Formats: sequence, structure tokens, C-alpha cells
Amino acid sequence: MRKNLYAKAAGLLLLLSLFLLLGGCSSALMDPKGQIGAEQRTLILTAFGIMQIVVLPVIGMTLFFAWRYRRSNHNAAYTPDWAHNTWVEVVVWLIPCVIVLFLAGLTWYTSNSLDPHKSIAEEDEETFEIQAVAMDWKWLFIYPEQGIASVNEVAFPADTPVRFRVSSASVMNSFFIPDLGSQIYAMAGMDNDVHLIADEEGTYPGRSTNYSGSGFSGMTFEAHATSDEGFDEWVDEVRESSDSISFDDGYLELLKPSRNHPVEYFSEVSPTLYDDILHTYHSGEPVEVLPNETGYKFAKSDDQDEQDMSDSAEAAE
Amino acid sequence: MFGKLGLDSIPFYDPIIVSLMIMTALGGAVVVGGVTYYRKWGYLWSEWVTSVDHKKIGIMYFIVALVMLIRGIGEALMMRLQLAIASGGSEGFLPPEHYDQLFTTHGVIMIFFVAMPMVIGLMNLIVPLQIGARDVAYPFLNNLSFWLFVSGAMIVNLSLFIGEFGTTGWLAYAPLSGIEYSPGVGVDYWIWALQISGIGTTLTGINFFVTILKMRAPGMKMFRMPIFTWTSLCANVLIIASFPILTATIVLLTLDRYLGMNFFTNDLGGNVMMYVNLIWAWGHPEVYILILPAFGVFSEVVATYARKRLFGYTTMVWATVAITILSFVVWLHHFFTMGAGANVNAFFGIMTMIIAIPTGVKVFNWLFTMYRGSIELSVPMLWLIGFIIVFTIGGMTGVMLSLPAANFVLHNSLFVIAHFHNVIIGGVVFGMMAGMYYWFPKAFGFKLDEKWGKRSFWCWLIGFLMAFMPLYVLSFDGAVRRMSSYEATEWQPMMIVAFIGACIIMLGILSTLIMVAVSIKNRHSMKYADLSGDPWDGRTLEWATSSPAPFYNFAHLPKISGIDDFWRQKQEGREAIGTGPYQDIHMPRNTIAGPVISLFSMIFGFALVWHIWWLAIVGGIGMFVAFIARVANDDIDYYVPAAEVERIETEHKQRLEEYREWVKQHPEEASHLQVRMQG
Amino acid sequence: MASEAVTNHDDHAHPESHDHHDTGSIKVFGFWVYLMSDLVIFGTLFATFAVLLRGTAGGPDGSEIFDLPLILAGTFMLLISSFTYGMAVLSMTAEKVDQVKKWLWITFVLGAGFIALEIYEFQHLIHLGYGPDRSAFLSAFFTLVGTHGLHVFFGLVWILVVLYQLRTKGLNDMTRPRILCLSLFWHFLDIVWICVFSFVYLMGAL
Repeated sequence: MRKNLYAKAAGLLLLLSLFLLLGGCSSALMDPKGQIGAEQRTLILTAFGIMQIVVLPVIGMTLFFAWRYRRSNHNAAYTPDWAHNTWVEVVVWLIPCVIVLFLAGLTWYTSNSLDPHKSIAEEDEETFEIQAVAMDWKWLFIYPEQGIASVNEVAFPADTPVRFRVSSASVMNSFFIPDLGSQIYAMAGMDNDVHLIADEEGTYPGRSTNYSGSGFSGMTFEAHATSDEGFDEWVDEVRESSDSISFDDGYLELLKPSRNHPVEYFSEVSPTLYDDILHTYHSGEPVEVLPNETGYKFAKSDDQDEQDMSDSAEAAE
Repeated sequence: MFGKLGLDSIPFYDPIIVSLMIMTALGGAVVVGGVTYYRKWGYLWSEWVTSVDHKKIGIMYFIVALVMLIRGIGEALMMRLQLAIASGGSEGFLPPEHYDQLFTTHGVIMIFFVAMPMVIGLMNLIVPLQIGARDVAYPFLNNLSFWLFVSGAMIVNLSLFIGEFGTTGWLAYAPLSGIEYSPGVGVDYWIWALQISGIGTTLTGINFFVTILKMRAPGMKMFRMPIFTWTSLCANVLIIASFPILTATIVLLTLDRYLGMNFFTNDLGGNVMMYVNLIWAWGHPEVYILILPAFGVFSEVVATYARKRLFGYTTMVWATVAITILSFVVWLHHFFTMGAGANVNAFFGIMTMIIAIPTGVKVFNWLFTMYRGSIELSVPMLWLIGFIIVFTIGGMTGVMLSLPAANFVLHNSLFVIAHFHNVIIGGVVFGMMAGMYYWFPKAFGFKLDEKWGKRSFWCWLIGFLMAFMPLYVLSFDGAVRRMSSYEATEWQPMMIVAFIGACIIMLGILSTLIMVAVSIKNRHSMKYADLSGDPWDGRTLEWATSSPAPFYNFAHLPKISGIDDFWRQKQEGREAIGTGPYQDIHMPRNTIAGPVISLFSMIFGFALVWHIWWLAIVGGIGMFVAFIARVANDDIDYYVPAAEVERIETEHKQRLEEYREWVKQHPEEASHLQVRMQG
Repeated sequence: MASEAVTNHDDHAHPESHDHHDTGSIKVFGFWVYLMSDLVIFGTLFATFAVLLRGTAGGPDGSEIFDLPLILAGTFMLLISSFTYGMAVLSMTAEKVDQVKKWLWITFVLGAGFIALEIYEFQHLIHLGYGPDRSAFLSAFFTLVGTHGLHVFFGLVWILVVLYQLRTKGLNDMTRPRILCLSLFWHFLDIVWICVFSFVYLMGAL
């Protein structure tokens, strides 16, 4: 019976290490392509390593004690009433305390240094801004400087700090490019942001990580980190599109739920689109522009509401 | 007339559901037929359904939990199979809507209708015995709590065949759960199932809180209570303080959905993040409601099977209290990615880590209880060893998640899934399985089969590692939770391993069922029967009475003079079994009010789900009238005559002597009881 | 045999029967614990109200819709009813059943008056188009105040039940703890109302 037990335990350990080996090297988080992601990898590995001070001895002691003090082992000591030892208790409180103290310091430091809202641009560097809007079930990317927009595809020059302003035109989502680092929630009426940078050119998968309904699985996009020339080429390609988008023209059409939405380009975008979307929803702020408020309902529902929308628009005029 | 309900609400088009429907109908017919054939309806009604005996209520909680566990694991298998298939553009065999329902019901069922009833069931079974009480403080409320819980479970199960369940995830985040984005009845099923069973849970919390504070036997001071009772006390404090938040939050969501209010809507001033804050203000304490009693089980198990006093009792108590308090100041770690300020995130991250300190201390205390013990590697001890290893890993990944900066890449990924299964399977499930094996003789008077118990353990352990370790690895490559299909074909091998792991866990559950069946079959053989009432040479009061415990628990209320009082009594040879004279014992009467009120509550909930207003009014009035009728009833208790007590106790004494005689003749079969027999 | 024993509690003066000697006090203690959990519900609703205070969405805020004199009248009714309930409990300790009934009826009338004023306030607001679906602020307002009102309503039903039981059973070991629990409930609702009045109405109107 016992032999059997050992064989099983050994098999398990093998299995475990196999997984770690397999997954360790080439994954997005362990082989990041941006500065933020690299710092986060260091943090994860540091925390993991520090905790081995407790985890490994605990696992070892569990197995050793269970074997050493088994009932059939008459050589082992047996002290049935030994239930208190001040030194042992001090030590078992102290070790976790010290480790947590260290981790707390690390938490405080990295929460600030890796704050997603914090700009990562050098003093003389300019931050590149992209506005990302989560919709049912696709991502709309708006380039305020270039005056273009795209759906389910985003491009930006590598080695340039990018500020993603993130909001939602629907339920809560989360904007995440695993190879680059931090994700951030996209919430309707809220202007969130995350600063990221790509250190290498390449195409990285991105997606929403916060479940948002039946089209959630297909809510992915490709993020192209390009050279400066490559980016200009991409912009030119987008500008060739015959489509344009503004709040009243195109946006409401796009707002209709769709799954696995194909990549779309808009050669022209109204400069106020992102703010218009933000102001459609509001968390506690009084809103003056009532026609906007019904905008969503128009997009979601049938002709009846469309009628209401035009009525209220007339009333507002 | 029937609101939104129509024939088209029944998903006849879905072959999976139709076959399930047929199976359920056949199974139900077999059960009903069997009960009728053996003429057990009267027995069921008077001995179980209307019973206010905390032990029977505990057993019923556990049975319902096991039934729901089978549904929950079935859903898990379907999900894992889907993900093992749906790779690289394949849609798999489940459409997203069906998959979304599966992970929603899986979460809801496993937490509310498996883990909670197991924990509450064990509390019911053991806490009054451990504190030397004859019953809980409010026996009728205890019965009502149970049936409200069943009524919630029935509402969830109805959703399988009539309409649909929510597709929002188990916590129904707004605004996805709002009427605008979830216009169907799914979220309404979620609302009423949780609301009704949640009220039952709140009543349980109050009931056991008062029971533990006010009903202890003479001499049972707070710091003489067994650790399981302590952890139950803390869990009940958490229930009382946190479940009302859930109740209020669900009420607000209900008002949004039914009356067009704007608490959690995107527009008209609603605040979506308020929902997330509120639900986690309840949700985080909830996980400690589950894990603390499991810690308690392990504290009892380790002392009994190492045959040694628990190391650091006082430390253990304070660690439990610390966890209880800290669990209320960490909820924000569930949504660091909301974008709160760096210092806010750091604060909640550090508070979360601090919980690891008392938890770590507990682990060390169990270890030092094993140290210089005389350990019998019986089934509960295996669960304990498995628990320490798996839970320690889970704790470690939990601390990793609590670093806000690391959380920004791990949040919502499979890492989170792996982490909480790591602590909930490794902690709660292992704990409940250990507790079930450990206390089964006290409930039924015979032991469970050891061989199948061990098989069950190994299946769970190996299955768990295979099902969830790959998820940690996948999460590092950006695999997220709740996706029903994925493009990356390189994830598929790991997903297949995870599916095989889930199948092995299923084998573990089957082993558990076989274990129970084998034991029932052999219950009269001396190897299985527990004639002594103390099969493991226990330390706490529940082992001082016969197995199964008589309905009045103790003929004489025990008088306590220290920790592990029963153990000391045995050491000093002064256990008092079967000694008179006996007194009349004051006991509560059975009640039909609990089942009746709950039946009306189920009708009420179901009617509201489908907007059948007249039926909802019928249900509401029914609940109210049944409650008033109960209040008007004065005949709620009676006295068990001393002669009856004497008869039962003498029988127990005879069984005990029969057992001691048998042990003398078969010393090798009962070797683990040597110490006791010498004493 | 059994019923005889029930009526003769004092014959069982041995320690074995301690578990039912103080059932009355255990009931009252348990009810107090329940009130604490109820307090958490109100706490949640207050927090919600505070968060949504500015979520008026172009609709009215507190200062535009609160009719303080009306609210003040309701407040006094409830405060006085707390006093009259106290008188009922005093009469109970003095074993004066008729007095208890009288004070309970007065409490009932005051409580019913409070509810009537609240219903009037609510229907007036809804009539003006300021119903709970108008804005998040109004949702929170109606829910907080309405939850308190619902509690008062159940308190009224409870008073009626107690009055009925006093007529059929008189003062005994069943009815006494109930009157005490209801007393806790009623005073508790008074305290909650004082918070509602100060935080919702006074601070909102100013």
C-alpha cells in the first residue's frame, strides 16, 4: 500500500514539473514584449520566489511529519499533551509577518510604479493617444490626432508610450493586450486609461477579459506594434476606406450587437465622438443633452423606440 | 394568466435538456414509486420533513448538497469538454448562450447549493453536540432555514427545464444583469433562488450564533469550546454581518429589473461599480463563511488522528477571529483593474496579504499537532495532508493575485479560476469530505468504507491537480475565464488534460457514492457498526453520546472542566455512560410550518420570475398566513419522560458492553482503540 | 403528562432544565441579533443613497421635493409612538393587561398615521412625475424610505397580532417575549427613522 502511495506521489511531482517547464518559457506573461509587462513578470517571479520560503517547508514538513510520526513507527517520539511552546508560536507568527512585511513594501512600491494611470513617457517624449471603446462585441479604436478610427484592429509605433483611454458603450469589459502588460476596465460613462509601450515590433493578440455576454469569446482584436514608417502606412491604408463615423452617422449602426465582427476602417471620425459616447452615459453627473441619452436605446431596440427617439429629439429642439 | 410563461418556455428543441428531463422524470418516478411501495411517506413526513432535530436537518442539508454536487460536476464536465474541443475557430458542441448558462449555474450551484449546505449541514450535525446542548436555540427556525434553502435549490433546478438560467456569471454583474442587457427570465431565476435561500442562511446564522453563545453546557466557557465550534461561531458572525448586504443588493437589482429603477443602470444616474462593490462586500466574507468551518473540521481531525492535543489552541482561536474581521476590509481586491488610485489598490492588496498571516499560523499549528503525534493515516487524515499541500499552493497564488500590479495581468484570467478552485476544492471540499467521513458514524451509527474513501481521496487529489494546474500555465499566455471558444490551438493540449482531470474528479465523486453504498450494505457487521459512540477515540463532546446520537443528544447535560473534556474523562476513567437516575427532558415538537412556508416561498419566487402576479400574491399570502398560524400555536414543546430516556440509555449501555466484549476477542481488529480500552 | 410538566416549570429546579428556564431571554437576545442584521440592510441602503445622491440625471434633488413640515409631523408621530410603546411595556411589567392593550392601540394609531403621511408623500411625488424610475437619486430615496415604511407596516401587523393574542391568551410566557421583541423592533425603527430624517430630509432640504 505504502509503495503504491510513493509511486503516486512521485508521478504527481513529475506531472507538476512538466507543466511548469512547458508553460514557463514562451508564454505572453513570461516573455513580455513591453516594459510594463517585463516589470510585472519580475514582480510575479519575485513574489513567487519569496513565498517559497514558507510554501516549500510547509509541503515538506507535512509529508515528513505524516511519515515520521505514523502510528506504526515506534521509534518516533510521542508527546500527547504537548500543545504549547512559546518559541514555536512566536516563530510561526514571525515568519509570515516578515514575508508579508516585505511583500507589503513591494505592493506599495509597485502599485505606484505600475499604476496604469501613470504616464511612462520621458520628459521630452510625447504620449501617443488612442481611444478604445468596448461595444457589443467589438472594440472601436479612435485616433484623435490622425482623425481615423478602426474596429477590432489597433496599430501604434513600437518604442512609443501609448495612452489608451478606455470606455464602454455597453456593459463592463476589460481592455487587455497580454504581451504588453496591464489591463483596465472599460465602463460606460467612465473615462479610464492605461499606459503601455511595446519594446518590439510585432502583432499581439488583445481581447476583452471581462465577460460581457454571448459574443464575449469573439471580442478579440489584433494589436500591431509597428515601425514609424509601418504605422504611417497603416494610417494611409485606413484613410483609403470610404467609411466615416460620427455619433449620429455610423456609430449608432455600429452599436448594434454583433459577434466576431470583422476588422473595419474609418477614414474620418468626428473629433468629439469619444466624448459624445462618454456623455451618453453618466454615473451620477446630471446630463443636459437629453437626445444623447436615448441614443443607446435607439440602437438596442426596435422601431417603437426609434419613434420615441425622434420625438424626444424634436422636443429638445 | 401565466405572465411570460408559455409552452415555448420549455426548451424542447435542445436534445441535452430533453434527455435530462426524461432522466429526471424517470429518476423521480423511481424515487416516488419506491417510497410508495415501501410505504415510507408517513415516515419521511414525521421523521424528516417536519423534524426540528438539528442532526436530521444537518443530514438533509448534506443529502441535498450531494445531489446538487452531481449537477454541478456534470456542468463542469460539459464546460471542460467544450473547451477541449472549441479551439482554433471551432465553436465546440455548445452555443455560447448555453455555455454561459453553464458557468453561471455551475458557480451558483457549487457555492450556494453545495458548499454552503455542506458547511451548514455539518454545523447542524455537530455544533450542538460539541457544546453539550439538546438542540439549537430556535429549532423551528432551523427547519424553516433548511426548507427555504431547498426552495431556492428547486428554483434553480426548475430553470433547467422551464425557461433558462442567467447567463451573467455567478455574481450577475450589473449592468449585464440589468433588464436592458438581460431581458429574459434567467436573471430573475438567479434573483429569487438566491434571495429565498439567502434569507434561510441569514436565519441559520442568527440561530447558531445564539445557540453557541447561550446554549453551552455548564462549564463550557468560550475558551473551552472545540475549534470547530469556534470557527462555526465566526462563520455565523460573518453570515449575520454579510448576508444582509447580499439581500439588499439583490433587492436593488430586483427593483431595477421589475420597477425600472436606476441603481445599477448605465444611464439616469445609476452607478455600475456600486453593484460590484456591494456584491463583493458580501462575496468576500462569503468565502470565509465556507473556509472557516473547513479549518475547524481539520483542527478536530488532526488532533484525533494524531492522538494529540491541538497545538496552540489559543492562537488558533485568535487567528480565526482575525480572519473574520479582516475579511471585511479586502473586497476591493476583486476589482483592482477598475482603475482606483494606486494607494487605494495598495491598501486593499496589503490587507489581503495580512490575512495570509493568521492563515499561515493555522497551517503551522496543524503541522505542530502532527509533530510528535501518533498519526493514523485514515481517510480524514489523508484529506488533511492533501488539504495542507493544495491549500498552501492556493494561498500562495492568492497572495500573488493580491499584488495589484501583478493582478493587472492575472485578473479575469484562468489564473483566478485555478486559484479559487485551489482553495475551494482544496480547502472547503476536502474539509467537507473529511468531516463527512469523520462524523458519519455519529449521524448514522456505522462507519464509512475506508478503501473507497481512500480511492475517492486519490481521485479528487489527482483530478484536481490535472484539472487546474494546466489553467495556471494557460493563464500566463492570456487565456481568460468564461470564454466558450478560443483561437490559440496551442492551448488545446492543456485543455484536454484539464478535461481528463475533471473526469477523474467525477470518479472521485462516484467513489464517494460507492463508499456510502458499500457502508450501508455492511452496516451491521462489527467492522462497520459503531456501537461505542466513539469510533475514533475522539476528544470532544459529540463522542460522549451514543451513535447515532439520541434525539435529545445527552441524557444528562455534561459538565465541562476544560478543553477536550471528554478525552480527559476517558483518561481518568470517569465517563458516565448509562448511569441514572434520569430526568424528564424538555424537547421541541415537530412542525409543518417550515415546509409549508417554504413551499409558498417557492411558488412566490417562481411566479415573480414569470410575472404571474396573481400567483405571487397567493404565494405571499400563503407564507404570511402559515407564519401567523405557527405563531398562534402554543403546543410547540413537550417532555420526554424519564423512563423513556432510561430505556434508550440502557440500550446504549448494552451495545457498548457488547462492543467491549467483541474488542476483547478481536484485539487486532480494534488496535487503534488500545488507549481507550486500557483507560 | 407532558403538558402538565410544561405548566409546572418550577418543579424542575434542577440544573438539567436550565435550557428552558431562560427561553424568553434567549428569544429576545436572538431578536436583537436579527435587528443587527437588519441594521446592515439599512446601512447598505444608506450607503447606496449617499453614492447616488448626485445621480439626479436632470431630475429634482432633495431640496426641490421634500416637504419638511409634513415629514416633521410624521416624525413626531413616530417619536410619540415609541413613547407610548414604552408605556405599554411598563404596563406589562405591572401586569395590567388592559393598560397594555390601550397603549398598544395608541401606538398603532400613531404608526398608521405615519404610514398614511408617507403614502401621501410618495403618491404626490409620483403624481408630479418624480417616481423612483426618474433618476438614481429618486430610486435610492424611495427604496430607503420605503424599506423603513415597510418595516413600520409589518410592525403594525405585529401589533394587531399581539393585541389579538392578548385577548385570547392574556399575558403569559408566550406573549411576554413577543411584546418585548416588538418593543425592540419599534424603538429600532424609531432610531432608523431619526437617521433617515437627519441624513435624507434635513441634509437634503438644506
